[in-house]
Amino acid sequence: MSALVGAAEVVAGNLPGVAGLLPQAVDSAGDASTAEAVLFWVLAPIMVIASFGLLFARKAVHAALSVILVMVSLAFLYVTQGAVFLGVVQVVVYTGAIMMLFLFVLMLVGVSSADSLVETIRGQRWIGWLAGIGLLVVLAGVIGTAAYPTPVGLGAANEDTNPTGIARVIFGEYVFAMEVVGALLVTAALGALVFTHRRRLTPRLGQRERADARVRAGQHLAPLPAPGVYAKHNAMDVPALDPYGRPIESSVPRVLRVRGQEADAAEYAARIDRVIAGKAAVESGRTALDEQQDNPPPVADPAGAPVGAPHIGDAVAGVDASAPDSEEGK
Amino acid sequence: MHSVLAAGLVTATEGSTAADFSNDTWWIWLIKSVGILIFLLTSVLIAIWFERKVVARMQVRPGPNVHGPFGLLQSLADAMKLLFKEDMTVKAADKVVYIVAPLIAVFCSLLTFAVIPLGPTVNMFGVETPLQLTDFPVAVLYILACASVGVYGIVLGGWSSNSTYPLLGAVRSTAQVISYELAMGMSLVSVFILAGSMSTSEIVSSQTQLWWFLPLLPAFLIYIVSMVGETNRLPFDLPEAEGELVSGYMTEYSSMKFAWFFLAEYINMLNVSAVATTLFLGGWRAPFLPADSFLQQGYWPVLWFLVKLWALMFFFVWVRGSVLRFRYDQFMKLGWKVLIPAALTWLVMVAVVQGLRQFPEFADLELRTILFGIAGVVIVGVVISLLIPEKKPTPAPTTPRVLDAFADGYPVPPLPGQVLPPSPRRARVTAGAPADESAATADTTTDPKEVHGG
Repeated sequence: MSALVGAAEVVAGNLPGVAGLLPQAVDSAGDASTAEAVLFWVLAPIMVIASFGLLFARKAVHAALSVILVMVSLAFLYVTQGAVFLGVVQVVVYTGAIMMLFLFVLMLVGVSSADSLVETIRGQRWIGWLAGIGLLVVLAGVIGTAAYPTPVGLGAANEDTNPTGIARVIFGEYVFAMEVVGALLVTAALGALVFTHRRRLTPRLGQRERADARVRAGQHLAPLPAPGVYAKHNAMDVPALDPYGRPIESSVPRVLRVRGQEADAAEYAARIDRVIAGKAAVESGRTALDEQQDNPPPVADPAGAPVGAPHIGDAVAGVDASAPDSEEGK
Repeated sequence: MHSVLAAGLVTATEGSTAADFSNDTWWIWLIKSVGILIFLLTSVLIAIWFERKVVARMQVRPGPNVHGPFGLLQSLADAMKLLFKEDMTVKAADKVVYIVAPLIAVFCSLLTFAVIPLGPTVNMFGVETPLQLTDFPVAVLYILACASVGVYGIVLGGWSSNSTYPLLGAVRSTAQVISYELAMGMSLVSVFILAGSMSTSEIVSSQTQLWWFLPLLPAFLIYIVSMVGETNRLPFDLPEAEGELVSGYMTEYSSMKFAWFFLAEYINMLNVSAVATTLFLGGWRAPFLPADSFLQQGYWPVLWFLVKLWALMFFFVWVRGSVLRFRYDQFMKLGWKVLIPAALTWLVMVAVVQGLRQFPEFADLELRTILFGIAGVVIVGVVISLLIPEKKPTPAPTTPRVLDAFADGYPVPPLPGQVLPPSPRRARVTAGAPADESAATADTTTDPKEVHGG
């Protein structure tokens, strides 16, 4: 052991200027610094619990959240170990983009749906258990027999900032492998594009085309008028009245009209007339009877309306086939 | 834990950034952290008042003017009101995620200002220290990381509410962030290439001569557009579009939890403005002043930083007051078909120029000249492309009155008022039973008048 420490001291002594500049992730004897040890013992249990969360969570989104927690904690550990670039990129790429895409899909299944526990393959659960235990044994064997030599070379690697060091490795030593992986990824993206490409059989109908078609077909262009709203009654089943006092059929939702659940607009209109007449009479000190005799309330009379005059009701309610100014009926 | 991490970072990076944090003690960190928190929270209060006031002026009305001088205490009153409102938790919600989501949004938004340089090295109670909490070689990537984790607040809040509108808001937000962060990241990379660093203090010190927004104008414009998209502000506020989704991901939130989302949104506005200031607008440097002027030293630069920050905030409000909300497909098209290709092209051009300058033949070429040349070419190209007359759209075919069941790609049944084309099978049927013929022909000649509302 003393020989090891001595060797490490020699190594550290060879790089006098670097020692002060670099992360104190490991000291010369290969032990972690206090800061890193504290961080590790805080983060490690969180990560282990989160990993179990991935295994045992009933909801897919909870499992995804556990993975995110593990990833972010792992990023913290990377940063303390001097791999600043790796740590941050881990969060940007894996947590920020890839898990977000996962979540995008998972969210669409909704909150209340839990994983189905029905086996789709016979004996799936037992095969899973066996494979899991096998993996555990292998991992335990590997970790148990692994030797932990004193880490060396971190100082030299990170000499001019961590990103520069990584750039040298990726774009210098391993540039060919990097290019190959890049080509592979581009091919994969292209393949996905080709597979999901669908030939358009008909001309595309955009917003513009739909609007043009609507004008050409002579449909009403504005939204449908709202149903009648009265102080007494503001339900969906009462038609609104146009300025001539006629009910606008189309202001009642089509479903209600089809079912025959439409209320009688004339009744409500008459009530309002009565109320208005009463108010005027009260203000002028006359009785309703006098009012009625002198000045009969306007009666809705569509037939009496002058021909060719604009019918606001028509414009709102859509084109009537019998109207003379409509091209639709010819 | 955070201070432990900060300690690790500071020791990790001494000498690799322009700012020197070697004199910092724990109480300096404490002062800076608390200072940043107070700055952000008060800025949010002011930002809300500012936004309401400016929008009001743009709409020719006075805006809040009752509480306090110029209505300055209005946002404080609103905050108090929010605090005292009933804190509801939706029964069907996923409780833990529902409560954690606003926390994620706020905490992540608070992290960004840790690496924003507010000024040069100052004397803080006898300690020489930069006006910046910390810095490290990948500080700008760290900002992107915080932003991308912050979006989980929005996404999870929308999902856990177990309600339709919030879920739609969350889904929109996911798609929005993934598409706009790409353009944003790539526009920032051209700054990294020129500044030769990803540390914020290095980037600010690289802008002594020239602020990057001029030579990197295309990148700056792309960043400005994507920063609005990233913060869910009009015209890109699709995750919370009032007219479509009630309030999007925050629909089921009330009281303090709602206030936290609100806080996060405004802090994020400050964050992206601060990043634009630092990376493109020279950070804390004043324009047209020599670097050794007293206005460029001490605490004065904080003023220039704030002026730039609030100019960008004004831009946010201005855009909100004058631009309509995008339709969702137009928004996605802008992101994927315009911003990302433009950012990629620009990035390649900057990289080529920077690569050429490594050769001795081009070493004496001034970077500024080259970049201005390229920016000029790009702008001329854009102007020319605007002058080219648009190709006349082919007249759309007249829509048949007889329903074309495959018009939209999928077979659909006829709606009321539409008729199906005569079936080829009908001919055979009528041949077999001539009595039905009159009925069949009557059917096809029916006037296909659109039934109203159908």
